[in-house]
Amino acid sequence: MTATTSPGTSSPGAPSVAAAGPAPEVPANTGSTATRALGVLALASTVLLVLYGLVWSPADVEMEDSVRLMYVHVPSATYLYVGCFITTVASGMWLRKRTPGWDALAGASAEIALVFSAITLGTGSLWGRPTWGTYWTWDARLTSTALLAALLAGYLALRRLDVDPDARSTRAAVLGLLLVPNVIVVNRSVEWWRSLHQDSTLVKLDPTIEGDMLVALMVGFLAMGLIFAWLLVHRFRVAWLEYQSERIDLDVALAARRTEALGEVGAGAGPPPGTMTGTSGTTGTTGVTA
Amino acid sequence: MIAMTHAGYVAAAWGGSAALIGLYALSVLHRGRKLSRRVPPEERRWS
Amino acid sequence: MWRDAALVAGRDLRVELRSRVTVNQVAPFALLVLVLFAFALDPDRQLLERVASGLFWTAVLFSALLAIARSAAIDETDGVRDALRLSGLDPAGVFVGKAAAVAAELLVLEVLLGVGVVVLYGADPTGVGLLVLASVAATAAVAATGTLYGALVSGLRVRETLLPLVLLPVLAPVLIGATRAWEAALAGAPADGWPWCGLLAAFAVLYSVAGALAYGTLLEGS
Repeated sequence: MTATTSPGTSSPGAPSVAAAGPAPEVPANTGSTATRALGVLALASTVLLVLYGLVWSPADVEMEDSVRLMYVHVPSATYLYVGCFITTVASGMWLRKRTPGWDALAGASAEIALVFSAITLGTGSLWGRPTWGTYWTWDARLTSTALLAALLAGYLALRRLDVDPDARSTRAAVLGLLLVPNVIVVNRSVEWWRSLHQDSTLVKLDPTIEGDMLVALMVGFLAMGLIFAWLLVHRFRVAWLEYQSERIDLDVALAARRTEALGEVGAGAGPPPGTMTGTSGTTGTTGVTA
Repeated sequence: MIAMTHAGYVAAAWGGSAALIGLYALSVLHRGRKLSRRVPPEERRWS
Repeated sequence: MWRDAALVAGRDLRVELRSRVTVNQVAPFALLVLVLFAFALDPDRQLLERVASGLFWTAVLFSALLAIARSAAIDETDGVRDALRLSGLDPAGVFVGKAAAVAAELLVLEVLLGVGVVVLYGADPTGVGLLVLASVAATAAVAATGTLYGALVSGLRVRETLLPLVLLPVLAPVLIGATRAWEAALAGAPADGWPWCGLLAAFAVLYSVAGALAYGTLLEGS
């Protein structure tokens, strides 16, 4: 049942810890002792979740075993919102500090939030089918989540633009900053809208949660939280590496142009063409602190 | 696993979620490995 | 700032008047959307009357996408961006001016569509006060939000496909609110509609402020 991969333990990065020889190995991945620990904990809590969620907790009186979907659905919805919150805060921080780490964090968090939104929608829909007969009820929570997924998709699409990285980050940051406000407005209005139709109260029968069911839910929060954190660290590092890689490409391109220009000067041409054109300040002088 | 009602839905939901997270995790790790080869270790801030 | 806004609004509207795109293309498009909805839904008079508000505002939203894309395109031609930056115009004023121009175009469109809805769907135009105020608030909301988001995606090759994706989810509350307000007005129960009108107004204010604040950063950033 648990398909989460063993985090980094199967990677060739392990030698960086074990090798005591003269030439330390370069870790070729985004792993570290911290993520390995986090990963082990995530796996362990996931196993616990499976046990509690599928085996040890009882079925609900009305919903029977479909209530077990709640142990995945509710935590994933929660961390979806956490992810959005992180993206908005990171976007704001980027606009203030302009250090690349914040931009990386904003993007990483949004991508993971999108994954969690897919899980929330999927489990929500599958929970709805046996309970109320349809895969999709236009109830406030599911509808808001669907819109939220759209917002995230738009944000991530904006991040992929092929413009000058500084402009891209600025635009993404403005959009990211508006993410939480948008979510709040959307949630409120959808809720209000659905409350006009009485079926919203009948449709959402939240089960009474007690005893082992409560434990299972708590374990769900724990497991999903650890998974979220593990994913976030790795995804952040990937984003960081992407940023570095882009910078390197830029430096290489600049160096090439410079040698070209010098070559022309040597050949008697006029002053070298502006070698600094089109690089609005993103050459490797930006700080590496976050 | 004891027989349960709505087993199909439970299996689909849990299995699907696990698969989604698993595939995504693999994708992230893979991207990390690919990029790590390009970027020299000084530019990173983790060991 | 208001003078700058008036200046920019005037320019945008003049460009629009000269090219007549709104009149020649967007308006027919909007009416076409109304007609297409009728095809899709089978013109059962009763049904169309009930859904008239929703279809109206959906048509407005789609038309707004075109209007906003056009508004953003005005500043994408070579050098206009830089000219705006160097001109010393207050970016907040530029934002307000552009949004006002879009709003004006949309209001004209809405009058046209309103007539269309009355004629084609048999909607009964009672509760005019609520209708008008809700429309003004919703239009302001759409124009402000659209101008800001238009700037976010402007100058990009993928602009045409990205703008709807980022803008429409954000405008969902406006669609909900405007439709409910209109439904209340047309059903003769305006008391139900005023709260929605309030939501629309709040939305418009929120995005007007956000846009005014963010426009400077965006103008510089690219």
